[in-house]
Amino acid sequence: MEAILEPLGYTFFVKGLLVAGLSGALLGFIGVYIVLRGMSYIGHGLSHSIFGGFAAVQLFATQFYILGAGLWGIASALAINAVSKRSRLGADAAIGVITTASFALGVALFARFGSSGPSFENALFGSILGISVEQIVGLVAVSLLAVIFVFVRYRALLFTTFDPDVANVSGVRVGRVEAQLMIILSLSILATLTVIGVTLVAAMLVIPAVVARMLTDSFSRMLAWSTAVGTVSGLVGMYVSYYAEVPSGTMIVLVGTAIFLVVFAFAGSARRRKSAGLDAHVEPVPSSAAAR
Amino acid sequence: MTGTGVGPELIRLIGVDAGYNHQAVLHDVNIHVHEDQFTGIVGPSGSGKTTLLRLLLGIIRPMSGSIDQIEDLRTAYVPQLETVNWDFPITVLECVLMAGQPANGRRFTLPWGNAREKASAMEVLARLNIAQLADRQIRQLSGGQQQRMFLARALYRQPQLLLLDEPTSGVDVSTRHDVLHLLADLHEDGVAIVLTTHDLNGMAAHLPHLICVNHRVIADGTPEDVIRPEVLEKTYGARMEVLEHLGMRVVVDDGGERVDRASQVEA
Repeated sequence: MEAILEPLGYTFFVKGLLVAGLSGALLGFIGVYIVLRGMSYIGHGLSHSIFGGFAAVQLFATQFYILGAGLWGIASALAINAVSKRSRLGADAAIGVITTASFALGVALFARFGSSGPSFENALFGSILGISVEQIVGLVAVSLLAVIFVFVRYRALLFTTFDPDVANVSGVRVGRVEAQLMIILSLSILATLTVIGVTLVAAMLVIPAVVARMLTDSFSRMLAWSTAVGTVSGLVGMYVSYYAEVPSGTMIVLVGTAIFLVVFAFAGSARRRKSAGLDAHVEPVPSSAAAR
Repeated sequence: MTGTGVGPELIRLIGVDAGYNHQAVLHDVNIHVHEDQFTGIVGPSGSGKTTLLRLLLGIIRPMSGSIDQIEDLRTAYVPQLETVNWDFPITVLECVLMAGQPANGRRFTLPWGNAREKASAMEVLARLNIAQLADRQIRQLSGGQQQRMFLARALYRQPQLLLLDEPTSGVDVSTRHDVLHLLADLHEDGVAIVLTTHDLNGMAAHLPHLICVNHRVIADGTPEDVIRPEVLEKTYGARMEVLEHLGMRVVVDDGGERVDRASQVEA
């Protein structure tokens, strides 16, 4: 008990705990849609793209680098969506081209002109302990926005994730829903980037959702489980980071990975491991053979 | 069974060319879909059956020609079972509810569905004899049950026109009979039905109206009009024999020599 209460005496730790838990919850929540759409790589790509935005925007307007990076990320996400839909390129190729180019631009600008905003290391790995009140407010606002968005567009999001063609002919504006999801994703990545860093955001988008998939066959329950796993990863990761004296972002991801391994080993049946796409031997099951 | 289309028109395609990436797959298509229609679209692989269905659904736009449909046409679509991600974490009830409100409902919907919506969804599931499976994940259903689930999702929208892509592809004979009878019942209840099928004997011959497609409409009429050797040869590019069995047309592949016998002849 003492081990839990002792760090709570420090304001920086309480702030960090709040932000880590909320970041884990937000990424776990949105990550369900990303994983089920087979877009896990987009989290990786967009976090790198936004890093490029940080570097580019601070050259012109240091005080607005968060806003600029956010707009940069949204533009990247919408560009990926548009390129993958309007050309023969798949989403993975569009993500690869647009986001790596953006990341490379960011590195080049940092190297050439230096940084007047966040340090290179902070942008890359996050700095949860030095987080400002404005950043906390931003994270809370984006989290609320994400929850409201999913609440209002729940069925349209589910329909377009499961079956976009049928959703389209059933009156769902698939393009609009996907664009809205991309905007929420970009804002979520932006809001959590300064907490756990560019390189680790992608992991927290994917790990809680994959764990949740192994725990349930229901979509609504998967949303709840993924949010819970993300939250627990954030909270426990902060404590471990405090005592192990290692960066919080890395410990949040490692705690999430530990949960994944435990669930994979004990709770996930072979069928659920297959369902989560984790078994190399997964083969499509013909519908006629699916009877049990 | 009626179904050749004499009631009011729902959709009309006139002189339509359609395809992908500026290459036409279908040429000069003229089709009228009526509210009492029950039609099968048949043709070889790559002939444009699915493209025609996608035109009717509005997923693709014609490259030339015109498509007219009545205002506020309620359409529902049942995809091929092979195209569905059966590992998706969704229960049967969640799948039906995702289709939104029944046509006369409110626009905003609660994520989990209110009591009236759940009752309405369960009513449709009960009608299709799968109400007891409402909480099952979709992979845990047999082929016939999966087809019924998608029909339930479609019916939940109270459609005027139901379009199905290869509804009996990959299912066994018993399931095929179930699906056929189910569709006949829905048609009797006033739903216009258009489906694609590659199954001439098991499906197409049982339908009241057929359209033969091979990049253009080859023939359009009752099975007696359409299932004829000359029409089938034009459609499939292969000789086929047509027999009569219990008043129905049965197609026999004329090149159906046994492989072992053919190899003996060659030897």
